[in-house]
This record gives sequence, structure tokens and C-alpha cells, in this order.
Amino acid sequence: MDCALALQSRWRAGPDPVRWTGKEVPLQATEIGNPDYFHKVVDCQWACPAHTPVPEYIRLIAAGRYADAYMVNWKSNVFPGILGRTCDRPCEPACRRGRVEQEPVAICRLKRVAADYKGDITARLPEPPAVRSGKRVACVGAGPASLAVARDLAAAGHDVTVFDAEAKAGGFIRFQIPRFRLPEQVIDEEVGYILDRGVTARLGERVNSLKALLGEGYDAIFVGCGAPRGRDLPIPGRQEAAANIHIGIDWLNSVSFGHTKSIGRRVIVLGGGNTAMDCCRSARRLGGADVRVVVRSGFEEMKASPWEKEDAMHEDIPILNYLAPKAFMHADGRLTGMTFEKVRAEYDANGRRSLVPTGEPDVFMEADDVLVAVGQENAFPWIERDAGIAFERNGLPVLDPVTLQSTHPQVFFGGDAAFGPKNIIWAVAHGHEAAISIDLLLRGSDLHDRPPPAVTLVSQKMGIHEWSYDNAVSIDLRYKVPHIEKGKALNDISAEVELGFDVDLAFKEAQRCLNCDVQTVFAPKLCIECDACVDICPVDCITFTEDGAEDELRTRLNAPAHNRSQALYIADGLKTGRIMAKDEDVCLHCGMCAERCPTGAWDMQRFLLDLAQVGARRPAYAA
Amino acid sequence: MSFLPKPRLHHPELPTNELGFTRRDYEGAISTLCAGCGHDSISAAIIRACYELSLPPHRIAKLSGIGCSSKTPTYFLGASHGFNSVHGRMPSVLTGANLANRDLIYLGVSGDGDSASIGLGQFAHALRRGVNMVYIVENNGVYGLTKGQFSATSDKGARSKKGVANTDAAIDLVGMALQLGATFVARSFSGDKTQLVPLIKAALQHEGAAFIDCISPCVQFNNHVGSTKSFDYVREHNEAVNRLDFITGRDEITADYAPGEVEIVSQHDGSLLALRKLHTDYDPHDRGSAINYLQERSAAGEIVTGLLYVDPDPQELHAHLNTTAAPLNTLGEAELCPGSAALAALNAALR
Repeated sequence: MDCALALQSRWRAGPDPVRWTGKEVPLQATEIGNPDYFHKVVDCQWACPAHTPVPEYIRLIAAGRYADAYMVNWKSNVFPGILGRTCDRPCEPACRRGRVEQEPVAICRLKRVAADYKGDITARLPEPPAVRSGKRVACVGAGPASLAVARDLAAAGHDVTVFDAEAKAGGFIRFQIPRFRLPEQVIDEEVGYILDRGVTARLGERVNSLKALLGEGYDAIFVGCGAPRGRDLPIPGRQEAAANIHIGIDWLNSVSFGHTKSIGRRVIVLGGGNTAMDCCRSARRLGGADVRVVVRSGFEEMKASPWEKEDAMHEDIPILNYLAPKAFMHADGRLTGMTFEKVRAEYDANGRRSLVPTGEPDVFMEADDVLVAVGQENAFPWIERDAGIAFERNGLPVLDPVTLQSTHPQVFFGGDAAFGPKNIIWAVAHGHEAAISIDLLLRGSDLHDRPPPAVTLVSQKMGIHEWSYDNAVSIDLRYKVPHIEKGKALNDISAEVELGFDVDLAFKEAQRCLNCDVQTVFAPKLCIECDACVDICPVDCITFTEDGAEDELRTRLNAPAHNRSQALYIADGLKTGRIMAKDEDVCLHCGMCAERCPTGAWDMQRFLLDLAQVGARRPAYAA
Repeated sequence: MSFLPKPRLHHPELPTNELGFTRRDYEGAISTLCAGCGHDSISAAIIRACYELSLPPHRIAKLSGIGCSSKTPTYFLGASHGFNSVHGRMPSVLTGANLANRDLIYLGVSGDGDSASIGLGQFAHALRRGVNMVYIVENNGVYGLTKGQFSATSDKGARSKKGVANTDAAIDLVGMALQLGATFVARSFSGDKTQLVPLIKAALQHEGAAFIDCISPCVQFNNHVGSTKSFDYVREHNEAVNRLDFITGRDEITADYAPGEVEIVSQHDGSLLALRKLHTDYDPHDRGSAINYLQERSAAGEIVTGLLYVDPDPQELHAHLNTTAAPLNTLGEAELCPGSAALAALNAALR
């Protein structure tokens, strides 16, 4: 289910703003009034599941306004300090900087800067409203999705109770992400911002029955219990060597609690995702001297984020690819190692990959312990089959992709529990949407009548050639986040590896942001077609030419426009009958076109899109 | 003007020419002219022409006088030689430079004030002598630097920004260049780079006195209703007699043309001009009829543009003077001081 698409297009009312149709018809002028058009230009924000206004907070960081930058984040993604260390950062591969230079802006680590230097922001957090709705909502699980729901709904005057089997809230964030990536006080702080503001937490209380929970009279229930079950690897020897074979997420859990304090000298980690990376790096710190990651697929196809692979390799952990686990070898009831079959990738006509044996001899590797991190599964043993929740064949609940409502009208799902294992930022995005749905349900409104985003588009002109944003384009390459010394890191499993940017580095990195939210807005009526913008544009993205069909037009612009995922901004109504075509792909948003425009036909306008949320400022529930 | 330099980042697919330079390598400092100035478009056209011809920037000398137009050499070819001369004296300085070092490519940039008023005599004599150069007049018909008085190329009857009509007759630099013997004469418009860039390329390859009158609207003082050099007026009255489709070095002409539609002009250096005729009766090799045609169309209110005259086999100043083939700065003592025997021979020849 492509819920990314569903979430991004849910308020789309007008026609698609990107107008290639493949038909041989002249292009129509771009409808910049459609919020999606300029939103898409802000690549980072568009790519973020929670649509955090990234350039907005990066400018605040550059200005030293860390607390303001933090609040922009907190409103949108709830856990800036946590995400600033652990986010999967879909924003960074999307960053325009990566298309005009070598690497994207270090968006994620700048978010952490906002969290590190913000000071005390508790006075800025919304207090729960005095007028209560009298409605009760239960959240099952205290992970990021549930906490996001709880924060949004508590601020709207609903009484929210969060259940979790563990004694502390945070879920996956607290118990599976190693401390050397995410210190506990960051979790305590940001989870605390939610639980201290009118949310009831019933921790240490496992929910064992949905029917019983429904029986407690809750008006709505949000299920955010994650994908708690680590997938096993049922190959020969699994039972016999069980004592030294551990399921990755359970093992991380046990390490987190301090139950597991050591591991064998030689460790094999199976799997190519981020959990595997956390496992191998944790093993290195608990006595694993020869730790290796073994993956069935190739290096590039691994699910782990590139930077997590880098960090693992930096800690002397080799990643071995194209090896399919065949058997656990054992002697006298003890694991001795594993054998792997060598495979290679073959692609069929549809581009579907299959891994086929190469026929070479199997590989044997000695090992004292094996960590199995080959995926996670959803499990809902506590939901009775007759509770009114329908499930898909893959074990996931049947959901409305927009409202996240299950087949039971009062029960909603989000995070990994909804669509299978994803990440924190998706869980937060689901949380916001589920909160909107639940709030609408409690008000008796149509769940599909969803509030639109708040959109502003304001000129940034301050003087003849002065703008309210720093339009000079930095040519600095991406700055690296300082790390603690490797020996120190490997000796202490709770020592955070990344030190974070200091204020100076943060400023320089922030200046690399191109301010893609400051849009080039063109007024054809004012244009005298003097070519000044065409001549000055450093990336040749503006062309005045005859109208034509998109495919053909793209071939005769001033610079190649191959990137079809980026729109052409088309304006007609010029005196010569030509059109203005601007390829948004590599625009630097430097404002030179507007500076050199004699008539003000080009203007730089800041586009700010805030997703609608259930918020404290909404009118209190009245029923 | 902009306060910031143009960002150094460029399009990731920006191509390079035969020398390995990108077009951006031919740029200069950011313009300090008024935003929207036609001169900036001409600068951009010069940059493109030099890039496309793969000219080595250090082999180009750009010379200018005084005025908005004469400031522009700062804004293109930042790696070339430059000389900003006294008002109206660019042609003399260029002539001298050319005589001293005939190996450089000379680009004279001037304006209607610099060339048609204070420097009119200089303009005339440089063309008359056939100095091997490209002489571009960025013609806006107004004294922009002194806030908008009529210049010598303002048309009679044209109105100033304040509404006053010009009572003086205009100097037509193209007509004069034809009369004075320039061997390449063109007129173009800063707002039409598809016409202008090939003309500049052809002029750069022309081994003789090449003159381009480029109408360049002054957005500040001469782009209003009543002006005859505004964007709107020029677009409405522009009559192109031909189009230079492409200029090739020694490449073959591959495009297919209907007979009579295109004339291939082969220049002295072996370069070829493919000239697409827009007015079939216009002959760009007949100086006399070109002058007549221009007078006639001008009376009808048209602005004739295109390659108006070209002599495929021009003579230039060095040939007239029978000068040494080598630049003076390359001559050694032996050439410069041939010895007493040579002197005696010379003296004997004059007795």
C-alpha cells in the first residue's frame, strides 16, 4: 500500500500542478496557487513524511535562534532531539544541493543542533486546555506513533491514556536504539514533554485484550504497538545451537536493559538493515573482536542507511555480501560457526531480482554467537479475531490509507503497526493523521473532511537588492559531524559516538541550505522580455521560448532538463506570445533573476506550508 | 546593481568547449549596470560567441571608451586583456594595439555617445583604415549615464522620457560604416540572441573591419512609449533581411536547404557563413544597394537588421601597410637592428 502517496495527496483539490501529460498539446501555465506546486519545489519538505518545513528551521539555526528552530521541529515532528540523531532522513537524498554539488545539506544533524542548543523551552509548550472535551482515548504502546497521537489529542482537550508493557515510555526508541546513538536523557526529555502535559501513562500494563479495552468505554483507540517480533531463520542447526543464536531486536532490548553485558569474541550478524547495524556495533562494544555482517543481497541494495553502514565499517566491521545462510554448525551443543551459499543477483525482464547460487563451494565462518536481524513482523496476539478488526493476508490490519481507521470505526492504527516496519518519522506522520481522524470522529465529523494545510507565500524583498534571507550561495562542501575517539567509543556502550556540530560548524553547514522554500514567483504582465534573468541565472534554468508539448519543450531549453521528477514552471501572457519556462530542477534560489529584473516581474517569496494538526488553538470541543 | 557576485555553482551538465572551458569561464564580474540593461544581454551574447568559437580568453583584447557600454568589458571575458580608454578614443588605442600585436583578437566595445558624438572621427577612421577588429556599438539612443538626454543616434521625432521630441537628425552608424568601407556590417538587437550570437561569431572570424550596430534599450531612460529604441518598438519594427543559421569552422554543412533559400559565404579564414535569406531581393554583397535599401526602409519606419554587408575577401590595415607578419613584441634584436649594411642599402635606395 503506497500510503506515502496517499498522505501527500490527501488535500489535493485542483489538477496536478506538474503538467506533463505525454500528449502533444502545448503546456498550460503552471498553477502556482495549488499548494502542491511550490511544496514540491521544497524537495526536503516534500520528501519528509511529516512535511517539516526544513529550510525554515535551518535559517533559524543560522540566525542562532535555536529554540525557535526547535519549536518549528517539535510542532511538526514531535521528537527533534531523537530524530536529529536517528532519523532515516528521507529529506537528504531529496535535497537539491545534492543535485548541484556533491552532497546534500546535513539536515538531520542540523536538527540535532536545534535540540542541543535550545535551552529551556518548557514555557513554550502548550498547556492542556482547561476546557475538556470529556472524550477518552486510549493509545496502545508508548512508541513514537502513540506519543504523537497523545500529544496532539491532549492539546485539543481530550483525555488520553497511553498503555505500555514496559515501565518507561518510548517503545522502540528507548529499547532498541543503542545508547551510543541516542542517549537516554534525550528520550526522557522529549517523551516527558508529552507525558507531563495532561497525558495519563499506564506503564507496565500490557494490553492483553482489545475487547477488554473497548469495554473500558474509550471513545477511540489508537494502536501503535509497532512490529515487535523479530523474524527468525529456520535453517538447519537453529535448534541445536539455540543458546548462541539471538534474535536481533530482542538482543538489543536485553542490552538496553543491561541484562546482556557480553558476547563472544567472534560474532556473525545476519541482515542488511539498520537493526543489523545496531547489532554489530553493539556487539563490538560488548567484547566482539571479530564482528562481521553477512548479507544475502549486494551492498547497494542493503536496507541500512548509507551512513549507518559507514559507521559500522569505521568500527572495523566488514560487510560481506551475496552470502545466503545455509546452516548453523555446532558441536557438542555449541555453535561453531555458519555455512553460507554464494549467490549472485539476476534480474528478469521486469527488473525483479532473484538471488541464484553461483555454484561455488559454500563458505564456512567460525562464530561464537550469531545475531539474526533479518526483519521484523507485526503481531497482534492481543486483538481477538472477533473484535471487529479485519486483517490483510500479510497480517496487517485493513486500514483506510488516509484516515488510518480500521474496520472497527473507533480503532485506528499507525506507525509500524499499521503498514509494517518503517521508521520514526513515518510513525510521527501517522500519529498526526490518526489524531486528526480521532478528533474528527469525536466531534462527529466526516473523517475525510480533513483540514487543509496552512500556506503562506510572502515576498522577501527588503530593499532594491536586499532580501530577508541570506541569498549568497555558499560553496562549502558538507561538513562532517565530529565523533569521539574510536577507542573510547568501543570501550563504553553508553558513550554517544557523535558529538554533534558546534555552533560554528552548524552555522557553516546551515549556510549550505539553498533556501528552496524562497520561491521564484513570476508575473508575466510585468515582464518586458529583456533577458536579464536568463543572462544572470547561474544554472541556466530560465528560457523564453515558443510554447510546445512538454517532451519537445524540454529538449530546447537553455540547459538540459532531463529530471522529469522536477516540474517546469510555465507562464504565458507575454507580449511576444512566447512562454517563460523555468526548470525547477537545479534552481539555486539565489534570487539573481529577481535582482536583475528591472520591472519586478520576478520576486522571491517565502513559501511556508504547515500541515494541519489537531492543535491547542482549535476551538474546544463543543457537543 | 547586485551586491553579491553571481554564484559559482553551475548547471551540473554545463558543457565544455574544445579548450575544456565552460561558458561560465568566459564571464566577468557581475554587472553594475541597471537591472534589465540591454548591454548586459550583449555581454551575454559575446560570452556565448567566444565560448562557442572556443577562443582562448588570453588571446582576446577588449577595448572600450567611456559610458555605460564601455563599462561592460568588465562584465565579460574576465581572463582577457582589457583597456578602458579616454572618451571616444577606443578606435585609436585599438588601432595602435593591433599594429603592435596583430595576433590578438580585437574587440572594441563602444556606445552611441562614445562613437557617434565625441568619438565620431575616431570611429570613421578606424573603419576607413580596415583595422582587423570587431567594433560593437551598444546603441541605446540616449545618454544614460547623464540621465537621459538624446544622443546623436536618437531618431528625429523620438520622444524623451519626459515627452520632449528630438528635433535633430539621427546619425546612422550602419550607413556610415557602409560608406566608410567596413567589410562586415550588421545590425542587431540585444533582445534577440538567436540573431546576435551568430553575427558576433561571424564578425570575430572576419579578417577585416567588422562593425555591429546593436540596438540596446536603456530600461531606465529610453524604454517608454514614444521611444524608437524601446523593447516594444524595436520588436514591432524589426525587419531582419537574413538569418545566420550557423557558423562552422571547417565542418561540412549538413543542413538541407531549398535552392535559393540559403547562401553559403566562405570567409577568408576558411570559416563558412550559412545565410538564410528572409528578403529574397536583398544582396549582402552590394554596398551601394545596401545603402539604398537601408535608406528606403528607414524612411518607411523599419529597423533593418541582419548581416547587411559582407566582403568575403577583405583587406585589412596590416596588408595596406605591408607590416611585418610577427607581433612587434616577438621581434628580436636581429630583426629590429638588421645592421649597418642593411642601413646602407636602405639609404642607397633613397638616393
